[in-house]
Amino acid sequence: MTVQSVTDRIPGGPNGPKGFRARQYFVCLKGILLREGLRFLNQRERFVSSLVRPLLWLFVFAAGFRQVLGVSIIPPYKTYVMYEVYITPGLCGMILLFSGMQSSLSMVYDREMGNMRTLLVSPFPRWFLLSSKLLAGVTVSIMQVYAFLAVAWFWGVKPPWTGYLLMLPALFLSGMMLCSLGMLLSSVIKQLENFAGIMNFVIFPMYFASSALYPLWRIQESSPLLYKICLANPFTYAVELIRFALYGQVDWKSLMVVVAVTILFLGGAILAYDPSKGLLSRKQDIGGNA
Amino acid sequence: MLRRLTVLIAGPALAASMSVPACAYMVYVSNERDNTVSVVDSTTMEVVHTINVGQRPRGITISHDGKLIYLCASDDDTIQIIDTASYQIVGTLPSGPDPELFVLSPDGKTLYVANEDDNLVTVIDLESRSVRTEIPVGVEPEGMGISPDGKALVNTSETTNMAHFIDTGTHEITSNVLVDTRPRFAEFKSDNSEVWVSAEIGGTVSVIDSASHEIKHKITFEIPGLRAESIQPVGVRITADGMKAYVALGPANRVAVVNAKTYEVEKYVLVGQRVWQLAFTPDQKMVISTNGVSNDITFIDVAKDEAMQSVTVGALPWGVVVHPN
Repeated sequence: MTVQSVTDRIPGGPNGPKGFRARQYFVCLKGILLREGLRFLNQRERFVSSLVRPLLWLFVFAAGFRQVLGVSIIPPYKTYVMYEVYITPGLCGMILLFSGMQSSLSMVYDREMGNMRTLLVSPFPRWFLLSSKLLAGVTVSIMQVYAFLAVAWFWGVKPPWTGYLLMLPALFLSGMMLCSLGMLLSSVIKQLENFAGIMNFVIFPMYFASSALYPLWRIQESSPLLYKICLANPFTYAVELIRFALYGQVDWKSLMVVVAVTILFLGGAILAYDPSKGLLSRKQDIGGNA
Repeated sequence: MLRRLTVLIAGPALAASMSVPACAYMVYVSNERDNTVSVVDSTTMEVVHTINVGQRPRGITISHDGKLIYLCASDDDTIQIIDTASYQIVGTLPSGPDPELFVLSPDGKTLYVANEDDNLVTVIDLESRSVRTEIPVGVEPEGMGISPDGKALVNTSETTNMAHFIDTGTHEITSNVLVDTRPRFAEFKSDNSEVWVSAEIGGTVSVIDSASHEIKHKITFEIPGLRAESIQPVGVRITADGMKAYVALGPANRVAVVNAKTYEVEKYVLVGQRVWQLAFTPDQKMVISTNGVSNDITFIDVAKDEAMQSVTVGALPWGVVVHPN
């Protein structure tokens, strides 16, 4: 089948009506979501490993650093909390962060295997395809977060049950931000092997230089420079957005930062994946694995 | 669909907001270091007023009609009377030197005061505002508990390590019960069957049979990660149904929830630093702890046995009492 014959048959083609119907967008979205969901379900070890990582932090790290006399009151907490309660929103953020990066890894894989090219030649707009891919990644990571919270409940981390529901938009937004960062990064990674670099240069610094593990006031006490780095780290705001939402509150500053950074990363990712303008085409020109 | 979603989200939120106690009570907290009493609204959980009082305010209680607060101004060697309507000091009582803790008789007519420096329990008639008598007890008397029928008074003496049972009719000591080191507080069960005495250094609560004056049981506490010396029981409160007791554990920063039937510790609730005294709200839906070092009080949900909120009050909060209505 020639390219000409394909474009003749699709809406918006040379002689067809302009644009797609909502139903057609939905079919495309459903296809991408199903593919990502099936991949997640078929890779049980991926599900287990995504749970083991935060649980290890909760059971081992939090136990070691346990402040037996409680963490001082900071919003949104209304009273003293144990360290494992404090660290939980940060671990939810960690799941989203790793998951976002993992979906970036899967995009590099897709590109190497040629699946990405198949997806990008689809007649749907690129922004829609990439956003759908992003949505699929975020949905999977939110499922991981809830599985983690279910186990954490038995460990004594019991936020108000309404918090589980109210945190959903915060998880979604934070997940979108981190997945779009992953997508942006995947557009500049040439090969799968380079993913280790992402671990060292993106995931760990983002995770450690944030409010995930320690309250910001404590970081400020020990290092004003690190405190400034934490403030410049968008992951800090994702964690705080989740933390406040888990206790039924909105941290407006974090919300604005997360929304703005998501738009920035997502815009960058869409541009970077544009074969005519983005980095992808440049790599194709020089003969890279695109 | 949208409407269903709204109900799904707003319903639980509404239910959660409705679980907040409906009754507003005024909570009065004596702040030992800055010589004030903080007035806290139990619904908004905010300090609504601060009353300047005498030096080193510690023991605090309230008349049964809720009109007058009695407050030990320890370094002024007096008991101050505060009007709860105007928040003004309207009088004093002759307490004897260094009053620390006291207990009001069930008929509201007599105040029994422990004078720490004088080894005495002073009996004050509230109508005439005069000392009726003084009862010599052990060294450094502190804890004061009275039986629901008002016939038996228990005073604990910190250095003698005893709980002294006193007949309120004759003002004579009827028996002395040796308990663990530095007994701080005495609390009767509402059915008059037992009196619980906490021992700060001993780290125990002795459950004494009210009739035989024998120790039935000793409650011990264990918190993983904390040394035994850090667990120092002080304030004790038992629910009116006699099912549950709350014990403030001092520098352990926790309030122990004890099954008052089996004497098993069921839970430790994390509160502020150096938790000292406790008080129930009249509906017994909340128990409030004073946390001396962190300068706050913590509201604990009695149904869930969870800390709800901590509220900053004055410096070194010591005693707490809640308006009866």
